[in-house]
Amino acid sequence: MSRIKLWEIAHARAGDKGNAANISLIPYDEADYDLLAKTVTPDVVKEHFGPLVKGRITRYDLPNICAFNFVLEDSLAGGVTSSLALDTHGKSLSSALLEIEIDCPDRPCTV
Amino acid sequence: MKNDTLVIGTGAGYAGDRVEPAIELAKHGNLDYIVFECLAERTIALAQLRKLHDPSAGYDSLLAYRLDKILPVCYQNKIRIITNMGAANPLAALEKTREIARRHGLDKMKIAAVVGDDVSGIIGEINPCLVETGQKLNQSLGSFVSANAYLGAESIIPALETGADVVITGRVADPSLFLAPMIYEFGWSLDNWTLLGKGTVIGHLMECAGQVTGGYYAEPGKKDVPGLGRLGFPIACIAGNGDGIITKLPEAGGVVNVSTCKEQLLYEIGDPAAYLTPDVTADFTKVGFKQIGPDKVLVTGGDGRRRPPTLKVSIGYHQGYIGEGEISYAGSGAVERGRLAAQIVKERLEAVGATYREIRYDLIGVDALHGAVADGKASGKPYEVRLRVAAKTDTREEAVLIGNEVETLYTNGPAGGGGARKHVSEIIAIVSAFIPRESIASRVVVKEVKEG
Repeated sequence: MSRIKLWEIAHARAGDKGNAANISLIPYDEADYDLLAKTVTPDVVKEHFGPLVKGRITRYDLPNICAFNFVLEDSLAGGVTSSLALDTHGKSLSSALLEIEIDCPDRPCTV
Repeated sequence: MKNDTLVIGTGAGYAGDRVEPAIELAKHGNLDYIVFECLAERTIALAQLRKLHDPSAGYDSLLAYRLDKILPVCYQNKIRIITNMGAANPLAALEKTREIARRHGLDKMKIAAVVGDDVSGIIGEINPCLVETGQKLNQSLGSFVSANAYLGAESIIPALETGADVVITGRVADPSLFLAPMIYEFGWSLDNWTLLGKGTVIGHLMECAGQVTGGYYAEPGKKDVPGLGRLGFPIACIAGNGDGIITKLPEAGGVVNVSTCKEQLLYEIGDPAAYLTPDVTADFTKVGFKQIGPDKVLVTGGDGRRRPPTLKVSIGYHQGYIGEGEISYAGSGAVERGRLAAQIVKERLEAVGATYREIRYDLIGVDALHGAVADGKASGKPYEVRLRVAAKTDTREEAVLIGNEVETLYTNGPAGGGGARKHVSEIIAIVSAFIPRESIASRVVVKEVKEG
């Protein structure tokens, strides 16, 4: 077992709708989909973002493309049209998500 | 349609987008249509304000620049243009477009405008509940500057039927700009939810232009994008059964692969099983992507269910002002001096009796982006920090005070403060509501370039 950042095995993209942000989480290797499904729960994400996300977090699973969509309600200080934040859209939130650390089973040598 | 597949290119993914990729596509993309999506949530409210000052204004401020470059090549290559650059004034945009076409000697060109999205005249009477407050419109807002309904592909079809070379709309749902030519060319029925769902998937992938060809994607060493500096915009080749291929010009920079498509499919969505547009409740949960060649991804499996009975309306209103000020500190102790500066501004704003509804203090380079999430993650202290103070106020005068008290840190604050800037902006905020579909009737106005 080793401790890794999501950044090492997955990529993400953030978007906004009103005061909610959504962030996709996509493993580079589709074989890691189950690992992410097990470890990156809405509770884990909620704890990671702390006071930044005031509302509920919902995870939608898309096994068809081996990806997840997290919707973070009340997370954009009012939304792009009225937020005082520097990044009013929350576009950089994808990078924050990828900082989450998870336990990763040691991989068999594939050489 | 030049062949049995429909070829649509994206010419812009937001109001300020680059122009060169559109010209490249129009010249070499063998396109049937090119779509310019240029209307963000707030853009139309700002355009409405310009229209109040000048009745011939209120359309996209880059419309003339873009069309001047693109009209001749589109006309020559028989590419029809669909765009929401009409913003708050599609009819004025139509006249401006005729003027540009006339200047290029394109007298036979036909320009259409789609109107009816502006519901500012009837929304007070309908008085819907606002999504954000749960209260009726007239209990929530004293006044508003704009109210526009999201029209669907249905509103664009009659314009295409006139044979117009350019179709200019106001507020139309982004994917609908792409779905309209599919419905028109293939004769899809407006209640064939599966086909409309498939077309909406393609439209959604295309609507942000470079975001599906490698923009908003690169991560050096992990997700490299060749030629990002000359990023090209996407081309969709769509079959009559709604399956499509997303690709780009081989000579353009960027990349189209399964990963760029996955990221864009999930961009700005909520429940992937119910992506609501005026046309259909689209379902993304069976979509499949397959790389079938270099920069060629096959998109299949989109689906849909009955469209929502209501249309979404965006309502823009004055929400006061934002006053901002910034100043930077460097070297050892930069963080401490930045925090001291913030403390001083707090004290002085209190002393001068400044009033504001909300205020925040960020140290850029330390915690401006993600607050507590970044705590303890950075190794060592940053070399420089930039204090940013931003507050929401009711009046412009109150907003001015915020930046002033940051600027005075030059001679009244910690050592070595440099690069102070201050700024005041008016907040045009957006709230949304849903109104019955039947309360709106869109219509099309068509004119030839040479007439009247």
